Amino acid sequence: MGPLVPDIISGEFNFIIALIVGIGFGFALEQAGFASTKKLVGLFYGYDFTVLRVFFTAGVTAMVGIIILNHLNLLDLSIIYINPTFLWAALVGGGIMGLGFIIGGFCPGTSACAAATGRVDGWAFLLGGVIGIFIFAEGFPIWEDLYLAENWGPVLMFEQFGLNREVFGIVMILVAAGAFVMTTIIENKINNKETKWFKPTIIKNTIIVATPILLVLLVIITPNRTEVMNTRIDAKIDAGECNPKMMNADKLAYELMNHYYKYNVIDVRTPEEYKEFHIPTAINIPLEELHQSMNLSTVIQNIKTNVFYGADIYQSQRACMVSKYFGKSDNFALDLTAEEFNKQYFLLSEVDENGSKADVDLFKFRKDAAEKLTEIGEAVANLDKPVEKKASRVAGGCS
Amino acid sequence: MSEAPKKYMNPYLAGFFLGFVLLATIYITGRGLGASGAFKSVVIQSVNSVAPEHAENTAYYADYNESHPEGPMKSWLVFEVLGVLIGAFISAVASNRVALKLEKGPGVKNRTRIIAAIAGGALFGFGSQLGRGCTSGSALSGMAVMSFGGIITMLAIFGMAYMTAYFFKNLWIKKQ
Repeated sequence: MGPLVPDIISGEFNFIIALIVGIGFGFALEQAGFASTKKLVGLFYGYDFTVLRVFFTAGVTAMVGIIILNHLNLLDLSIIYINPTFLWAALVGGGIMGLGFIIGGFCPGTSACAAATGRVDGWAFLLGGVIGIFIFAEGFPIWEDLYLAENWGPVLMFEQFGLNREVFGIVMILVAAGAFVMTTIIENKINNKETKWFKPTIIKNTIIVATPILLVLLVIITPNRTEVMNTRIDAKIDAGECNPKMMNADKLAYELMNHYYKYNVIDVRTPEEYKEFHIPTAINIPLEELHQSMNLSTVIQNIKTNVFYGADIYQSQRACMVSKYFGKSDNFALDLTAEEFNKQYFLLSEVDENGSKADVDLFKFRKDAAEKLTEIGEAVANLDKPVEKKASRVAGGCS
Repeated sequence: MSEAPKKYMNPYLAGFFLGFVLLATIYITGRGLGASGAFKSVVIQSVNSVAPEHAENTAYYADYNESHPEGPMKSWLVFEVLGVLIGAFISAVASNRVALKLEKGPGVKNRTRIIAAIAGGALFGFGSQLGRGCTSGSALSGMAVMSFGGIITMLAIFGMAYMTAYFFKNLWIKKQ
């Protein structure tokens, strides 16, 4: 599951990726004509809207691609880099960049392309860029407050409008398509050309615009993998096929006392509940997060036996089903809830002396088990604390 | 060398290709494209080598160097921009567009064009630091991931350029 860096592709190799990606980027910009300052500035005087066409098409293509990859669970959007919003810095910085654009005729990426193809003005712009950054660095204390003001964090556009990602995607496609039509009319007017609409061109362009819209609509109407999983499990439960192997609590206690390392005890309740009480040696993976790839790697393995337990039997059985859904492993659901287990072992009252011998023995076993399990739990916690693997956001941007 | 330069690619096709490169970048690395960050690396590397004492005593450089222990040049964007230079060169060679020349608006003096390019570059460089990214890193990549900050930066860049275009028209289009 993407992004492939850093878990699948290492940091060093990432530099080679950067070089390759850069070649593609430079190639695309040059082919589009972005190494020519006149072509770029045409946008602002209305005689050539190439920049807008390339820019919007690229943005929309990547955006729709992200929507699709996300839907197929191929890209984890919670960890990709989202440019943070610092309201004033973004507006003022953007304004200064706009001024630089109209005066210098380039932006940094395009000036690099121009320089590479032998344009002297590209080199001049690059030199200017370096000077500008130097001035920013030298005078940083002066604009530090502006730079850091109104930090909204990595907010997303569609959240601001109260839309979801897919709907906003369709809006953007329509905005882009509208802009393409408008700018063609303006461009022709300024260049004294008549705007003609040929039927085949209209049909072709409509198909081109409709394709991404249909793709996004498809994303909206088809369930994603998590939804498919839940529906299938629900169907199985409804059909009475939810009968995972049950693990008797006394058996589990006995097994843990003697060879805890053979068992993967998994608490599927919330972290808060887990913190309050959990069976010693148990790890916590909330039920809703169990199907995530980083958690599945703990569950789907053939070395240890999984024992799931939760706040009720339903939770532990469902966890069993999720695990079974994704792969082969030895799964059990504990026949007690977390609370019942706590009562049965750790909150024992006094033994009933008048009870049968079997009862007294069981009581003693459970009392011993509680002590021993606590000991093991502490030892394990100190020895091999499960490495907390938390995917952190990728660092990115231009700073 | 007498062959005429080839026509530019269809802008929508070029845009689709560019979008695909951007999408692949995000899928593989989890981050978008960029450009100005590489220039920043050059600036900081230069300051580090020319005036190491100054770099140590100035909070801005010291912070940067502390958070980039491997040095400013060993950064993703530096490699990416090297790629941009190579890619643009390959593309221009393939289309007969490599030429040592100065592009400018009609009737503009060479000196004026160079000065304007340096001044524009300086403004863009400064603005990109304040806005945390340029047209590539903030506007384009920001739009792809639907970042609010990225999109308002984009609107600010193009909005300001349109608003001020009238005052600089002598740099680009014929006087009427």
